[in-house]
Amino acid sequence: MTASRRAAPGDVLLRIEHASLTFGGIKALVDVSFDVLEHEIRAIIGPNGAGKSSLLNLINGVYAPLAGTISYLGQARTRMQPHEAARLGIARTFQSLALFKGMSVLDNIMTGRTLRMRSGLLAQALYLGPAVREEIENRKRVEAIIEFLEIQAYRRQPVGSLPYGLQKRVDLARALALEPRLLLLDEPMAGMNLEEKQDMCRFVLDVNEEFGTTLVLIEHDMGVVMDISDRVVVLDYGRKIGDGTPDQVRASQEVINAYLGIAH
Amino acid sequence: MKPAMQRPSIARLRRQWPVVLLAALLAAGLLAPLASGAATAGFFLEVMLGGLMAGVLYSLVALGFVLIYKASGVFNYAQGAMVLFAALATARMAEHVPLALAVVAALLLMIGFAWLVERLVLRPLVNQSGATLLMATLGISIFLEGFGQAVWGNDIYRIDLGLPKDPMIVGVHLFEGGVLVSREDLVAASVAAALVLMLSLFFQKTATGRALRAVADDHLAAQSIGIPLNRIWVIVWAVAGFVALVAGLVWGSKLGVQFSLSQVALKALPVAILGGLTSIPGAIVGGLIIGVGEKFADVFLGQALAHWFNLEGGGIEQWFAYVLVLGFLLVRPEGLFGERHIDRV
Repeated sequence: MTASRRAAPGDVLLRIEHASLTFGGIKALVDVSFDVLEHEIRAIIGPNGAGKSSLLNLINGVYAPLAGTISYLGQARTRMQPHEAARLGIARTFQSLALFKGMSVLDNIMTGRTLRMRSGLLAQALYLGPAVREEIENRKRVEAIIEFLEIQAYRRQPVGSLPYGLQKRVDLARALALEPRLLLLDEPMAGMNLEEKQDMCRFVLDVNEEFGTTLVLIEHDMGVVMDISDRVVVLDYGRKIGDGTPDQVRASQEVINAYLGIAH
Repeated sequence: MKPAMQRPSIARLRRQWPVVLLAALLAAGLLAPLASGAATAGFFLEVMLGGLMAGVLYSLVALGFVLIYKASGVFNYAQGAMVLFAALATARMAEHVPLALAVVAALLLMIGFAWLVERLVLRPLVNQSGATLLMATLGISIFLEGFGQAVWGNDIYRIDLGLPKDPMIVGVHLFEGGVLVSREDLVAASVAAALVLMLSLFFQKTATGRALRAVADDHLAAQSIGIPLNRIWVIVWAVAGFVALVAGLVWGSKLGVQFSLSQVALKALPVAILGGLTSIPGAIVGGLIIGVGEKFADVFLGQALAHWFNLEGGGIEQWFAYVLVLGFLLVRPEGLFGERHIDRV
């Protein structure tokens, strides 16, 4: 196996400039700037409360920045709804699972295809030919994802009855069903055992390799971050204190003081 | 991973004794008239059928509650007013154009109404508390009643669906005198059954139905996979409007379209709560239980009260549903088929 595991990082896909965010008097993010290149795996690390999830919510349009701009595909914007972000190819997973608990694994992943469903409400309601064909077409794509993430055996099970590690995988599958250009993963390996973590790492790398998807991920496990990411942003108390390759970040004194020094 | 499923049924029954007790009481109440000889088998069946039919109509209105509550967590107090409004619109427009056209026009009106509600009420109030939204729907309800009457008047109007009015008598061989069945009620019941089947299929089998369920489950996650909340709300209010229209047509053709139609909502409320607020089958079963329950209470309990305590024993039909639901909520707060909420404290 050679080291060149995939397409080399390309142009800037996402650029965040001087973004700030406050909740009441609490400064969640202070003047944070960084960029994400196409096809790269970008990790965001930092101690609890450093503003990592806020940053993800900013990219995905859940929050609007108080100051600063976010440009995606060269387009700057200040306010965006999450469903508009999804339309532009930004998908995400959630730290605390946000699956549709009452629905089966298959239905959960199928919801990820909603944007691809073009047929009208009436056509669906009357079960007309085009609507049915569309459903079958989308189902094929979903089956491919199910196979990719090796969850064939759980298709029909209600998602709430699956063990945690598998639910995390379904969350990823639902996000992949959007065929995203940029995928945001909020602690994809939190609460997993070693084996589950290894599986998830493999899936993350495979997604990046096979589909060329750009990934931004928040992770606590330093080993994982150092192994799979191309570049790392380090946050502490809402400020960016480090940015670079894993080796650069590991060598930075400020990062060691704020984060690694305490963790190790 | 399903502890509840594997538990032996006897132990489960023991744990659920309040529910069992309530069910036993209901069953006893149901059988008492027959057992005590207060009613002949034929009359007993007639009362039961009458109750079932009334229950179906309650279910139709409760269905509207459930649809909106499921998809947006809003308790829509205006469902009754929507029934009145849709029925009024149909009745008055049918005076000038053929009935079918009037129904279609009323449906379009309800879709327009759904769009307006989303624009003017739901969107500005997004992320407000449940109480705020309930108050907002109370406002919608009062506005809709007033507006409907301002436009179409407040007399009693007729909707003639051409349903057979004459009752039929069945089972003459089985019971003395047979059982009197209203054909109109039978049609109404089949309409309700068809509607429930349609809605269930729509929710389970179509992409939009799936999106609706997704929104009901988790707003934020649904949005982040590209489901636009605003569109979903319009759809769900439009579907609730359609259900209101059907309920309005059926009730209206039975009793005439009048202001009191919007009070039907007050009966559908306990029905929806009994069924569990988030369950479509729950609305149906709840409607049937309350429909039969209150008819029995009115006919037989009233008789018993008059007989034993020398009371008048009237008006039981008005409050019975609420007492039943109150008792039910004490033992099973999530309703028959509702989702059990366990909140972390």
